[in-house]
Amino acid sequence: MTDYDVIVVGGGPAGSMAAHSAASQGLKTIMLEKDRDIGYPVRCGEAIGDVGLRQFMDPQPEWIAATITKIRMRSPNNTPIDFESDQIGYILHRRIFDYALANRASQVGAEIQTRAYVDGLIIENEAVRGVQYQYMGEKRSLRAKLVIGADGVESRVGRMAGIRTSIKLRHIESAYQATVGNIEIDQSMIDFYVGRNWAPGGYLWVFPKRDGMANVGLGVIGTLARDYNSHDLVHKFLKEYYPKATMLTSVCGGVPIAQTLKCITGNGIMLTGDAARMVNPVSGGGIISGMHGGKIAGEVAVEAISAGDVSVNGLREYPKRWRKVGGKNHETLHRISETIYDITDEQLNKIAERLSKTPEKDRTLLKIFTAVAREKPRILLDVTRAFAGV
Amino acid sequence: MILVKDNRCDFCGTCVAVCPVDAIELREADISIIHETCIDCDICIWVCPIDVLTSDQEPEGKND
Ligand SMILES: Cc1cc2nc3c(=O)[nH]c(=O)nc-3n(C[C@H](O)[C@H](O)[C@H](O)COP(=O)(O)OP(=O)(O)OC[C@H]3O[C@@H](n4cnc5c(N)ncnc54)[C@H](O)[C@@H]3O)c2cc1C
Ligand code: SF4
Ligand code: SF4
Repeated sequence: MTDYDVIVVGGGPAGSMAAHSAASQGLKTIMLEKDRDIGYPVRCGEAIGDVGLRQFMDPQPEWIAATITKIRMRSPNNTPIDFESDQIGYILHRRIFDYALANRASQVGAEIQTRAYVDGLIIENEAVRGVQYQYMGEKRSLRAKLVIGADGVESRVGRMAGIRTSIKLRHIESAYQATVGNIEIDQSMIDFYVGRNWAPGGYLWVFPKRDGMANVGLGVIGTLARDYNSHDLVHKFLKEYYPKATMLTSVCGGVPIAQTLKCITGNGIMLTGDAARMVNPVSGGGIISGMHGGKIAGEVAVEAISAGDVSVNGLREYPKRWRKVGGKNHETLHRISETIYDITDEQLNKIAERLSKTPEKDRTLLKIFTAVAREKPRILLDVTRAFAGV
Repeated sequence: MILVKDNRCDFCGTCVAVCPVDAIELREADISIIHETCIDCDICIWVCPIDVLTSDQEPEGKND
């Protein structure tokens, strides 16, 4: 006896996409979210690429805080390099966006329960058969044919099933972001700062959110997080560059920049999104990759359940398809991220200096990469391929 | 032993992600260390973006 065909744990973009693709094919689906609110707190810079988003849906004005047509990168010695294109992307209102994704899943029949904290799995004959959870202090359990772990960076559901999901310090960014008001910036530009000064092993971002608001955040690579603190660096940065900015909210967060886990399935279980470590390891972007992962997981759930085999073998299409859609590119990106990690501030400055001599109109992505490649030849091919594929 | 500073945690899960033995329990607004499981490796202390965690064993940690 099962209560549901599919239980999705976690109500982020990956969970909502999984619930949508399972429910839309007639599977009885429920999504459990531990927080009281879908999409809040927003632990995200909220940047999304136009091309990536359109693979799933057309951008809707109510989700969009700003439309981005320009990227500025600043080298450690503050040489700005601009890149323009009218197809770059958006800064979302993720609270609204995540609601919309969850609502889209419920419109095809998925149930949603918030304040439902999953703290155990029902495991029988070495297969996952459901979840235990707490709803407002009350212990409950639900049985299902399949569980999809979309529980974000924590990824405990996988561990409960015996999948090793814990992440190395080298592969996580320890991040802090302030959403600020009263900041004067170009509303069509995203601004990045690299180098040890502001962003040890990562980058600092300033993303516009309309009406003089912005997300200002920073990820420090885990191995350096002992000596550098993202909270302190963001506040120091704001004080120096935007002393009039006011705090509207702040969040912490971990961005997994590892390769996708080797094992993303078990008997009766699939992991997706941040929980499976699907984030783009160069940009730290995980909305689109999580949506891809969730969608594929839902589709494979439909096939496996109708074939009556939800064992690892019955789910083998899942890692295969993820690899095809995001995975190959993901591996390349991971290689790049390992290389970028080694670039010194001096090299970054040299690259920026060289680029700043090229007229802006000639500053194509390829030119930027050529400059990078002169310092680090082996990444040229990888970078070009990666960005062409994103 | 890992200690959690009062009224400081943002419940972001970064420490949970790196814990090698799954010794951190995190709900919507509640964090606790499962001391029986914890191996005192201290990496949760380093990775926390706002220095919520400390150890009673290593006074020269990041937070002091
Ligand atoms: C500071 C920061 C900035 C970022 N900026 C960007 C950006 O600009 N662009 C971009 O594309 N990506 C960005 N990312 C990454 C992006 O936020 C994530 O990759 C994305 O949210 C992943 O989606 P997900 O559905 O896998 O997980 P999440 O969105 O994290 O959703 C997981 C959900 O599961 C719930 N959950 C966890 N455990 C349980 C449990 N036991 N029971 C029930 N529910 C549970 C959580 O409460 C959460 O709601 C950023 C991340 C951080 C931390
Ligand atoms: S990393 Fe820090 S802020 Fe985040 S949940 Fe752990 S203790 Fe709390
Ligand atoms: S000290 Fe190590 S084992 Fe203990 S809670 Fe922190 S990360 Fe986990």
